[in-house]
Amino acid sequence: MEEFAALVDALVYTRSRNEKLRLIAEYLRATPDPDRGWALAALSDGLDFPAIKSSTIRTMLMERVDPVLWTLSRDFVGDTAETASLLWPAPDHLPSPPTVSEAVALLGGMNRKFVQAELPQLLDRLDASGRYALLKLATGAMRIGVSSRLAKMAFAQAFDVSVEEVEEYWHGLDAPYSELFAWAALGEAPPDTENLPTFRPFMLAHPLEETVVDLADYAAEWKWDGIRVQMVRAGPKDNESTRIHSRSGDDISATFPELLDVMPFPAVLDGELLVRGAHQGGEAGGAASFNALQQRLGRKTVSNKMLADFPAFVRLYDALILEGEDLRERPWTERRARLEALMPRLPDTHFDLSQVVEAHDFAHLAAIRDTARDEAIEGLMLKRRDSPYIAGRRVGYWYKWKRDPLLVDCVLMYAQRGSGRRSSFYSDYTFGCWDGDPDAGAELLPVGKAYSGFTDEELKKLDRHVRQNTVNRFGPVRETDKSLVFEVAFDSVHESKRHKSGLAMRFPRIHRIRWDKPPHEADRIDALKALIRD
Amino acid sequence: MTAPFSWIKPEPHGIYIPPADCWVDPSRPVDRALVTHGHADHARGGHGETVATPETLAIMELRYRTGTENDAGEIPHKAVPVQYGETIRLPGGVDATYVPAGHVLGSAQILLEHAGERVVITGDYKRRHDPTCPPFEVTPCDIFVTEATFGLPLFTHPPIEDEMAKLLDRLAAHPDRCVLVGAYALGKAQRVIAELRRAGHKAPIYLHGAMERMCRLYEEFGVDLGELRLVSDHSKDDIRGHIVICPPSALNDRWSRRLPDPITAMASGWMRVRQRNVELPLVISDHADWGELTRTIREVDAAENWITHGREDALLRWCQLHQRRARALALVGYEDEDD
Repeated sequence: MEEFAALVDALVYTRSRNEKLRLIAEYLRATPDPDRGWALAALSDGLDFPAIKSSTIRTMLMERVDPVLWTLSRDFVGDTAETASLLWPAPDHLPSPPTVSEAVALLGGMNRKFVQAELPQLLDRLDASGRYALLKLATGAMRIGVSSRLAKMAFAQAFDVSVEEVEEYWHGLDAPYSELFAWAALGEAPPDTENLPTFRPFMLAHPLEETVVDLADYAAEWKWDGIRVQMVRAGPKDNESTRIHSRSGDDISATFPELLDVMPFPAVLDGELLVRGAHQGGEAGGAASFNALQQRLGRKTVSNKMLADFPAFVRLYDALILEGEDLRERPWTERRARLEALMPRLPDTHFDLSQVVEAHDFAHLAAIRDTARDEAIEGLMLKRRDSPYIAGRRVGYWYKWKRDPLLVDCVLMYAQRGSGRRSSFYSDYTFGCWDGDPDAGAELLPVGKAYSGFTDEELKKLDRHVRQNTVNRFGPVRETDKSLVFEVAFDSVHESKRHKSGLAMRFPRIHRIRWDKPPHEADRIDALKALIRD
Repeated sequence: MTAPFSWIKPEPHGIYIPPADCWVDPSRPVDRALVTHGHADHARGGHGETVATPETLAIMELRYRTGTENDAGEIPHKAVPVQYGETIRLPGGVDATYVPAGHVLGSAQILLEHAGERVVITGDYKRRHDPTCPPFEVTPCDIFVTEATFGLPLFTHPPIEDEMAKLLDRLAAHPDRCVLVGAYALGKAQRVIAELRRAGHKAPIYLHGAMERMCRLYEEFGVDLGELRLVSDHSKDDIRGHIVICPPSALNDRWSRRLPDPITAMASGWMRVRQRNVELPLVISDHADWGELTRTIREVDAAENWITHGREDALLRWCQLHQRRARALALVGYEDEDD
């Protein structure tokens, strides 16, 4: 546990991506099985200990620290595990830290009834760094700037194997990944994933930006606004099963049970999961808004009413593997032809095909893209006709060409401290628009919240602005004097009950900070309402 | 017969003493100011008369004449020096005594006495050893006005020896690089240098230009800082394997590009919480941590505690839990996170 805690601390304080890779790789090489496997799981996908939640830690601390002092401390730090690790009363004996495997076994053995007696004993064996690492590991959210992709790259670097292979084997295995280490570190045969419904890494697109492409080389499709999914059906003959993977490789099958028995043959298909409706692209588009799909996301069980009100289907983009035949090396045109030929064998209740958008030339395509906003479609995808299906984002193969964002001038109203590395900064901003003429006594009503779109330098200036212009404090939230204007970019705006203004923005981000603009010149609610396309 | 303590009034811009018509650490220019120490949020320029320790007056003169930082005003029109332990009589029968606060060079608590009533205003303080200034003295009083910068129970400053060892270990592990320590120009920088010397580090220490004058002033007041060199007088190669001290704002500034692959460190009490964009956090503070704050309130044992700038909510709660009378003063203009 000391080595893992030291790794976690080193990662927190390392900015360089290469240095992070080096630190993790070094740890993976130096640490024995199964410790390194558990550590890798904690750093990447996270481990799940059902008896230990944030609330478990809170309860545990409130028995030892005054609840008010706990809350004030937690608000300041912005992270429950870290606050607990700092506030935990140091035991009077020397630490006797467990190994990572021992800690995992102990945490895994805890149940809700005894966790309040057992977790403290474990914490008493650790110093502050160890407590931090343990609590982060136990609650499954490390948030230390290590993505699961980075962890996989570090694994590949540690044992000099290809990251694509690592990704492919990874999702068929469970922590502590003994077979993965046996293959990479000890040179044994790779894990058998052939007959497992495992995830194949997605091919991703770069933003097009200023690039112009020749449509002889590129095909265009609409960019549908749902969630990208990979439908995988595999297994021994007559005993196959289907899994649905999200973009990150997570298994979300349980959330969409209606899609698990509709693939009549083994295959790996790439598509967009949508809900039936007439929002995106009208009747012909056939898909409801992302808001409608959101009703279905994140549920572990689904009621019949949900299934009836928000019926899900998959709009197919690509075929990776068909009945044992790996198509990923083949050009997109060939995969597309195979996919089109496949459609009659799939039930149209649950599948359709993402249509190719025909255009004479790039200028024509640009004109078509300009209609995307009115059609409530996110934009276009451009796919090179000869592109193989390659994991990740490769320059020149696939581009996404989103419609231009909407812009509106809003006034900063409230700021909240961020989490993790941003916990010292007021980095989450709530902004508003005027409900009438600001010179005639109109008020600001909140319309959205954003925490991106600015540089680190700008964040520092914003943080300073918030601190120097605070008029009120509510726990971790500060109300400012409403003197700063943000030009906010967003994708679309919808009616919503969440804000008093009755509006909610999709993908809002700070486009520009208008230090120069007086707040009374910011936009009014009515201007924003006029942009609703629901 | 006036009401008890009617002669002392906390106002948004400082603590006002009506019979003497003077202010303690006012955040805007006034006719007469009593100043606890030289940090810019307590010592503003532009007062008609400034009463402070000779060290604090020298610091103020340096700052407001050179204009290197917080160029808030002019040199004090009239400077009235008070030694530690000395009492001066203010108009209206108010006595002011300056008592060491252990925060930075020249820092003082101000004991005010009037009509048999005693009020102590700490300014900023700490209870730990500091080679650059005399230690905090507990002064019995009726009202104790305390700071609360680190007023949360999670703030425990570790022994400074541990932090020095961390710094020197990292330096030794990277002889081709340098360790760049961000430290506030008044107090923290000199304390870090003095502690490095105490830990046996004899090599020259390199300074950002903004640090030089304050270090020289410390030396004039008898604080030995060993050999100091200016970064601007030396080449990249000279600085390899050495410690460089700069203001926190210069850590990620273009200025640091002239240094040999610096490891960025920050010396601040805020480093207790994992957060900042640094590689080597050094938990070193010139403010009292939670343990020191609560211990001091106990030891001073005043009838009433007034809590100023910082995280006053938590300290207020602690006082409530321990049956001590307390109130928070809403003073404005004090740096929220100056350490």
